[in-house]
Amino acid sequence: MDVWFFLIQVLNGVQYGLLLFLVASGLTLIFGIMGIINLAHGSFYMLGAYLAYWLAAKTGSLPAAVLLSLPIAAAVGYAIEAVLVRTLYRRDHLDQVLLTYGLILIFNEAQKVLWGNDVHGVAVPQALAWSIQLTDRLAYPAYRLALSGVCAALAVAMWFVIARTRFGMWVRAGASNREMVSALGIDVKLLFGVVFAVGAAIAGLAGALSAPVNSVYPGMGESVLIICFVVVVIGGVGSVKGAFLGALLIGLADTFGKVFVPEFASFSVYAVMAAVLLWKPRGLFA
Amino acid sequence: MTDRLPRSLALVLLALALVLALFPVWGGWAFPAKHAFLMQKLTGVMILAVLAMSLDLLVGVCGLVSLGHAAFFGLGGYWLAMLSPQYEAANLWVVLPLALLGTAAAAAVVGFLSIRTSGIYFIMVTLAFGQMGFYFFNDSKLAGGSDGTYIYVKPAVELFGRTVVDLDSKVAFFYVAFGVLVGSYLLLRVLLASPFGRVVRAIGVNEHRVRGLGYNPAAYKLVTFTIGGTVAGLAGFLAATQYGFVNPAMLSWHQSGQVLVMVILGGMGTLFGPILGAFLLELARMGFESLTEHWLALLGAMIIAIVLVLPRGVAGLALDLAGARRADGGEDPE
Repeated sequence: MDVWFFLIQVLNGVQYGLLLFLVASGLTLIFGIMGIINLAHGSFYMLGAYLAYWLAAKTGSLPAAVLLSLPIAAAVGYAIEAVLVRTLYRRDHLDQVLLTYGLILIFNEAQKVLWGNDVHGVAVPQALAWSIQLTDRLAYPAYRLALSGVCAALAVAMWFVIARTRFGMWVRAGASNREMVSALGIDVKLLFGVVFAVGAAIAGLAGALSAPVNSVYPGMGESVLIICFVVVVIGGVGSVKGAFLGALLIGLADTFGKVFVPEFASFSVYAVMAAVLLWKPRGLFA
Repeated sequence: MTDRLPRSLALVLLALALVLALFPVWGGWAFPAKHAFLMQKLTGVMILAVLAMSLDLLVGVCGLVSLGHAAFFGLGGYWLAMLSPQYEAANLWVVLPLALLGTAAAAAVVGFLSIRTSGIYFIMVTLAFGQMGFYFFNDSKLAGGSDGTYIYVKPAVELFGRTVVDLDSKVAFFYVAFGVLVGSYLLLRVLLASPFGRVVRAIGVNEHRVRGLGYNPAAYKLVTFTIGGTVAGLAGFLAATQYGFVNPAMLSWHQSGQVLVMVILGGMGTLFGPILGAFLLELARMGFESLTEHWLALLGAMIIAIVLVLPRGVAGLALDLAGARRADGGEDPE
């Protein structure tokens, strides 16, 4: 195996990991701050991907479609929080699991009605439809590199907002002690709504950005949801830093697993998680 | 959960069980065109109800929320498939105990490792083990890989060289499933009324106090997890016998999630609730399917409505209607 092939796999693993981080960060914040296990989080990822496919066809431009899909996903997220999730804060986690499971079914049916059951491809935008030639036979597509760049930039922006702004302070405080935050006079209702909406928008963005790489298909929300739960739990629930490292770990483990031991790649992801939890029963950074 | 069901509720459940037990008699008269299909469907639902009840033992009674329970269901079926000779009938008295022992051993190992964690981490560890089971059968060459494998001849149930029950007969198998359902319900009730069961129930309410009283919760949880897994294996064994087929989907997290939905929808910790939940979910699915092609949305809306309106599931409503006082006064402090 030569060094270029290895480099390509590392890039693929990091790109997959960064994408997972975008979805997992919302999941971990929503659980950490609001105490809600949101099974429908993967549906926002699916929503973003289908919106990108649909709007790209309408507007003829993927960047425009991605930008348009952001406020739509945020609005859907906010509405779901305000109408349904809000009634469940004082209830058992399992009631939330059940409710958001019901939401998955409704999202999937809506997807079937609106866009049908076919697998759709989304074209890479013209400006990025080229590859970087590494050797005679190996090349790396520019879109994937740009995708990693955007995801990394978003991760940095998210770190900045959480670590350096007043809103981020509320979010961190909410994650460690919800009652205290509301006792200090912060509008927790609004905070929860905004966190939920932002989480939905970022998951939708991840779906939209990955559409040209992974294509758009029914059930895509659930597969990403399960992997993101793995990421969140490895990192420690509520920890954004943990989600970041967990996402990279899983992204690389999955990519290299598929290259070296294709029969056991999927198995290995879960084996990694079981091993981490048996070593540290509350994740790496809880 | 209460030790004894209110008399009125017990009578209603008994009546429902009777209606179900007599279905092979009245079903042909009420649904002449669909009788065979409904017989098969109801048999399948009864098997799922056994699975849901076994999960309730973990989730509702002991507070162990497992999202990998279908792994033991699938494993029970796979043991039958792997132990059956290809073109002859297996001897039930050999394969059933072996399958149950094999599943119990797997449940004991998974339980031993998983109960070190708690809360959402327990959910995720059990999910991880469930997925490992799924991919083990899906990606390896053992037992047909992702295509699954057939059990061409159903196991023979013989005593002194005579066939006692012909599992090929739809009616006979219906009653086998019915018997297993009622039998496991009664057995689990007896178990939970025993001193062992009282400790297990107490762990579900407040584990710290149980530890404070000098019990070792880990040992009780491990035994409960193993019993739950074994009963799930029994359900899987029956399902594999009914369809003559096993595939990795039996172990998937979709299956685990669906059973968990049955438990929560039906009412956790009541044992009879998850049985009702299994029937409600499966019959509603069948009804909605015949009604519209958008049945999935209806099913989702029904689940959401039940969560919002009935916080303790169908069984909670039934217990309220029957005027039962809540046995557990307090909430689990977290």
